[in-house]
Amino acid sequence: MPSDIGWGGLLASLVLVGVAVVLSIVRRIGVERSIVWASARALVQLLLVGVALDLVLDASHSLWWAWAWVVAMLVFAADTVRRRAREVPGAFGLSLAAFGAAAVVTLGVLFGLGVFPLEARALIPVAGMMVGNSMTSTVLAGRRIVDELRDKRDEVEARLALGLPSSEAARPYLRGALRTALIPQIETTKSVGLVFLPGAMTGLILAGVDPFDAVRVQAAVMYLVLGSAATTVTVVALGAQRALFTRDHRLVVPTRVSDP
Amino acid sequence: MPDASPLFEFAGVGVRGDGRWRLRGVDAVVPDRGITALVGPSGSGKSTMLRCCNRLEVPDEGSVRFRGAEVATTDVLALRRRVGMVFQRPTPFPGTGLDNLRVADPTMTSDAGEQVLARVGLAADFLARDAMSLSGGEAQRLCLARSLTAQPEVLLMDEVTSSLDASSRNALEDLARMLCDDGVPLLWVTHDFAQVTRVATTVLVVIDGRVAHAGPLEQLGVGAPTDVLDFLREASGAE
Repeated sequence: MPSDIGWGGLLASLVLVGVAVVLSIVRRIGVERSIVWASARALVQLLLVGVALDLVLDASHSLWWAWAWVVAMLVFAADTVRRRAREVPGAFGLSLAAFGAAAVVTLGVLFGLGVFPLEARALIPVAGMMVGNSMTSTVLAGRRIVDELRDKRDEVEARLALGLPSSEAARPYLRGALRTALIPQIETTKSVGLVFLPGAMTGLILAGVDPFDAVRVQAAVMYLVLGSAATTVTVVALGAQRALFTRDHRLVVPTRVSDP
Repeated sequence: MPDASPLFEFAGVGVRGDGRWRLRGVDAVVPDRGITALVGPSGSGKSTMLRCCNRLEVPDEGSVRFRGAEVATTDVLALRRRVGMVFQRPTPFPGTGLDNLRVADPTMTSDAGEQVLARVGLAADFLARDAMSLSGGEAQRLCLARSLTAQPEVLLMDEVTSSLDASSRNALEDLARMLCDDGVPLLWVTHDFAQVTRVATTVLVVIDGRVAHAGPLEQLGVGAPTDVLDFLREASGAE
């Protein structure tokens, strides 16, 4: 099968890492150590994941192990959002709630309607794609909401001073932030197949799956990603709004945090 | 005959922020008539006092009363419609002039909009103009009109002329006097001492987070402590 890459094949692919290292040295880019470290780290991480997946995907094991894996992914993703969107108050809890909501919606639809069979082999990759792809939108939405409300503080307070409740005062700025966070995902969805072949489909074709089967899976995955991104940014927007306004409709936006 | 309740009454008001007391032990009475100016050096707490009046800020200690009622326990959305506010920088919202007025009153008709604009000296065609492309003075008048749309009982003015040229500033001062004559008292934060002498009927001097001196304009400085006299001398000399 085309997917059978042996250890020799894996070693051979390392030639490409060598190319990157040589280019970095020759062009004095100075990132050769980073390339080697990143490549080695990725390989070790993937091998560890492979071992773990091998255990979890074993049909003889309970599906609960797969669910536990999904929960761990959600927690890890929420922690990543917390680190990348430090200015968002309560980012960890907020993103955990957002990913949880997206998981309920998307996994509920995909497995509830029988799009994919509910087994570890489908659950983990689907949840992984859902979380991985909506993480960027979540970070973008959270940061953008805080930036918008901070930069437009005068406007927001002018709306509050007219007697508008915080939900109405914040609405135009949340709308802009959500649009910004979702547009990359919408653009990606529009250009799929024309500009690039997405990873899931490419992987399936490389693994020897019929292209039309791969396309159907990919389409379902794209809709999953779109739905999860929309769900996560909506939850983040609602949560951020609660965190950035007091119950008596005052804006309490935090001061700017410099990037790490 | 007993006096009616003052417009605002501050009792032992303290506000913390950025690791310090921005206001501490503020006791003050704002009369329910005329234009009361809040003056003082930069960072002395003038704007914080103003923002306590419509609960954009909440005191950490003490209380603020509006016409005898505790601001802290009054319905905040209703309070803000009764206590209008115009900010230092003009804050037009995206859209037309009429769109801006409709933020304060979604049922506003064009005819009613024209009347509100006329009150602030803007022509009817400003209803259809893009609010974001107005000059500073025009935008600030539109913001004033927007606040008036909610029919407030009082107006808070936070250095509203500091970013405007002299003619726009004079026009806004004239408008303030007209509003005052119409029975809308104003509480006006300014660092412009000449403006105080032009518009104020009562003056509160805020220094280091406390009201250090208060009284009618004609008696400004009478019996005031040294720091107030130093500030007034410096402020009037700087004009």
